Amino acid sequence: MEIPYTVHTRPDTGLYNAKLGIWLFLASEVMLFGALFTTYILLRVGALEWPHGSAILNVPLATVNTVVLITSSITMVMSWASLKMKAFSKYRMYMGLTFLLGIGFLIIKSIEYAAKFEHHLFPANNTFFAIYFTLTGLHGLHVIGGMIVNGYLWGPGSRMWKTDPERFTNRVEVAGLYWHFVDLVWIFLFPVLYLL
Amino acid sequence: MSHSPSGTAADHSAHSHGPDGHHHESFLRKYVFSQDHKVIGIQYGLTSLLFLLFGFTLMMMMRWQLAYPEQQLPALRFALPFGVVGLIVLAYSRFRPGIHMVVGTAIVLLGWLVYWLATDEAMMPGGIMLPEFYNSLGAMHGTIMVFLGVVPLAVGAFGNYVMPLQIGAPDMAFPKLNMMSYWVYFVGGVVMLVSFFVPGGAANSGWTSYPPLSHIATTGQTVWLFGMIFLITSSLLGSVNFIVTVIQLRAKGLHFMRLPFFVWAQFVTSFLLLLAFPPLEAAGVLQLMDRLAGTSFFLPSGLVISGELLPNTGGGSPLLWQHLFWFLAHPEVYVLILPAMGIIAEVIANNTRKPLWGYKSLVYAAVFLGFTSFIVWAHHMFLTGMGTAISSFFQTTTMIISIPSVIILSAFFISLHGGSIRFNSAMLFALAFLPMFGIGGLTGLPLGLSASDIALHDTYYVIGHFHYVVAPGTIFALLAGIYYWFPKITGRVLNERLGKVHFWGSFVCMNVIFFPMLIQGLAGVSRRLYDGGAQYAHALDVLYLNEWMSVGAWAMALFQIVFIVNIFRSLRSGEAAKENHWQATTLEWSAAPTPPVAHGNFAKVPEVFRGPYEYSVPGAASDFTPQNHSG
Amino acid sequence: MDDSHDIKKHVRTYIAVFVALLALTFVTVAISYLHLDVTSAVIVALIVACIKGGLVASYFMHLISEKKIIYASLILTAVFFVVLMSLPIFAASDPIINNNVP
Repeated sequence: MEIPYTVHTRPDTGLYNAKLGIWLFLASEVMLFGALFTTYILLRVGALEWPHGSAILNVPLATVNTVVLITSSITMVMSWASLKMKAFSKYRMYMGLTFLLGIGFLIIKSIEYAAKFEHHLFPANNTFFAIYFTLTGLHGLHVIGGMIVNGYLWGPGSRMWKTDPERFTNRVEVAGLYWHFVDLVWIFLFPVLYLL
Repeated sequence: MSHSPSGTAADHSAHSHGPDGHHHESFLRKYVFSQDHKVIGIQYGLTSLLFLLFGFTLMMMMRWQLAYPEQQLPALRFALPFGVVGLIVLAYSRFRPGIHMVVGTAIVLLGWLVYWLATDEAMMPGGIMLPEFYNSLGAMHGTIMVFLGVVPLAVGAFGNYVMPLQIGAPDMAFPKLNMMSYWVYFVGGVVMLVSFFVPGGAANSGWTSYPPLSHIATTGQTVWLFGMIFLITSSLLGSVNFIVTVIQLRAKGLHFMRLPFFVWAQFVTSFLLLLAFPPLEAAGVLQLMDRLAGTSFFLPSGLVISGELLPNTGGGSPLLWQHLFWFLAHPEVYVLILPAMGIIAEVIANNTRKPLWGYKSLVYAAVFLGFTSFIVWAHHMFLTGMGTAISSFFQTTTMIISIPSVIILSAFFISLHGGSIRFNSAMLFALAFLPMFGIGGLTGLPLGLSASDIALHDTYYVIGHFHYVVAPGTIFALLAGIYYWFPKITGRVLNERLGKVHFWGSFVCMNVIFFPMLIQGLAGVSRRLYDGGAQYAHALDVLYLNEWMSVGAWAMALFQIVFIVNIFRSLRSGEAAKENHWQATTLEWSAAPTPPVAHGNFAKVPEVFRGPYEYSVPGAASDFTPQNHSG
Repeated sequence: MDDSHDIKKHVRTYIAVFVALLALTFVTVAISYLHLDVTSAVIVALIVACIKGGLVASYFMHLISEKKIIYASLILTAVFFVVLMSLPIFAASDPIINNNVP
């Protein structure tokens, strides 16, 4: 017996399994990052002095990174739209771009990290750097996780387009939901850490 | 209604044509890295039962120290029973590979681990327990019982095996994720066991790991944190899978108000795991950063330890950890109890041969319980000096959450009224659950009120209270579940006579162990004393109870040996189970063959026409009307 | 539900959202150079971030036309998220954390 609703939607819920699954997973991610944000607020409210992010962090670099991540979100959604329009080669292009933009984000992030380490700024220095490195580090891990999935869907995973195009489109949609969420977290991280 | 063997065989052969026909599956695929929810459920079940046994043994070693402080611990007497039981199980294996072989070997290995722990000169010089090791045993007993024993058994094992069958699903929604969930749990368990071997021993800051104590603790604490991250990840994967399965894979006609209460309980539990665990994962990461990267998330400024200023910059909050920890750990209490209530509902309805009283109120109570469990966590923290306004808020929510618990318990009691009860082993455990959980719940009320909690919080009263909830409460329910579903899973019935010995023995011992704790606690005995209170003026009058409790615990162990032997003896030569052995109405019994077919569970896709507990319907042909009965 | 004509319409929306996100990014950075006082800076930055997040969730993640069960799960999550976010308030009345008070 096949597991039902892996490809088609269940009539009474209007969903296929993976879509509900990824949203529930994202709900748990909301609580994960929520706990870190709440930690940030608590530490900041309790601190004697709290540095202004722009004074010690590189705002222009982070702005570029924000643009990179937003761009990767639009290429991601375009890759899904291309599949919906049955344009597989366009899908490959957009998904490839998404992956490259992910790499770009990580390179810029590591330049930032390296500059901090060079100036002997480590998580142990104060609670600002502690939460800065923890939040951006965990976000970076999420980016890497997303890139592994995207890379798989660009490369070996894309063979499914020939055998089961609908299911493959669903997979790209689900991967996209995750990728947009990672973008969304950054949208909040950026002002909180760099601009306030 | 019942399935002829030929129907099953036809189903098998139909599947051998499929790309993943199980006839061609390798041994590894079929038994080790299986994606079948039933095999995964059994894997979860056996692993968690072994962890329960191990966690229980850690506690028995603590109880030696409490009853006979500073006396040499007889290592052989603790380890030998493992050897004997392991060999009995191995003997039932007839020395051929299989479940008996694996479990028998595991029990012998656990015996070796216990012997090693009890004779390790670093922790037990001359066989006398060091205080550090006592702390380690306490922390690991809590961690293992909660995160590696009860939750995986209640959710991972029962949820995985029974829930898809009860909703008429061919498997879980994401079989690969299910397999990963088990193996991530397994790795987490191994990491926890390995922590006993690192320098300084396993984690020794309690299962709650409060900083700053946990910050200055030995390496074992770091290993504990890594282990927890694995266990949390496993729970998250599992809970996504459970929720999607319940929502998406219900059989035709099985709308939400026709779900067996067990499924409802698992459903609510999964939401608790999904939304409450991530904050603890975040907190675990933060504590790891504190320990490894030198940050100060949980360390206040100017912290002096043993006369020396801690090098960390400070600026953090120890209370933050407690908030994040209890944000999970209070819902976790309901993760422990809800599946237990689900099992009790099935067993009681089946053995009273009448519908559960107030099915709808049970469902609404469970949902409300789950929801409210998110806003009561700080009642664990009245002693931290949170401030009276916050304490009042949390004591109010705590009083509110007792209402749905009472509704559920009352509904079970009322369900008994007027039934012609079948007193089999499963039902005995279910019946014992009711008053035991009642004691556990009622003793919790004084702890939920901040004024009385301040007097009781650090005493044995708390230990007595939550053990009444979890041990003779949840664990009895889980045992009831094992007796009830064993025929379904294995096709054989557990021996009733041994089952009754197991029940009465456990029932008496549980109370001998836990009731004196309430007495000691009310007398004011602190729960953190390594010598059981020998140097503590308050404790002298009630000191004799320590030995009672310890003897009770060891006697309890003997009765569990009866249970282990019963399982493996019945597996080999027990009475064969009939189709729908307990004449039950729910789909796992009425629509699936016993034991269920390997792939797809059902020979024919079931369709549901009625509610879950139609027992003794006036005018019906028999005293039970299965859910898939269309007439 | 989407045929390729619909998708083409969607694509135009995506590009509009993308442009809006870029614009808002520059707005929020520009405002940070005005050096407002902390309270107004926090309020403005969070409003902009919420608009951006809302755009991503509504259009890229299609939350604007999603199914009831997903809304229900997310509303539940949002409630508990709010509880989690109020945690500093619960901790704020605690004397230990106010270590700036002598």
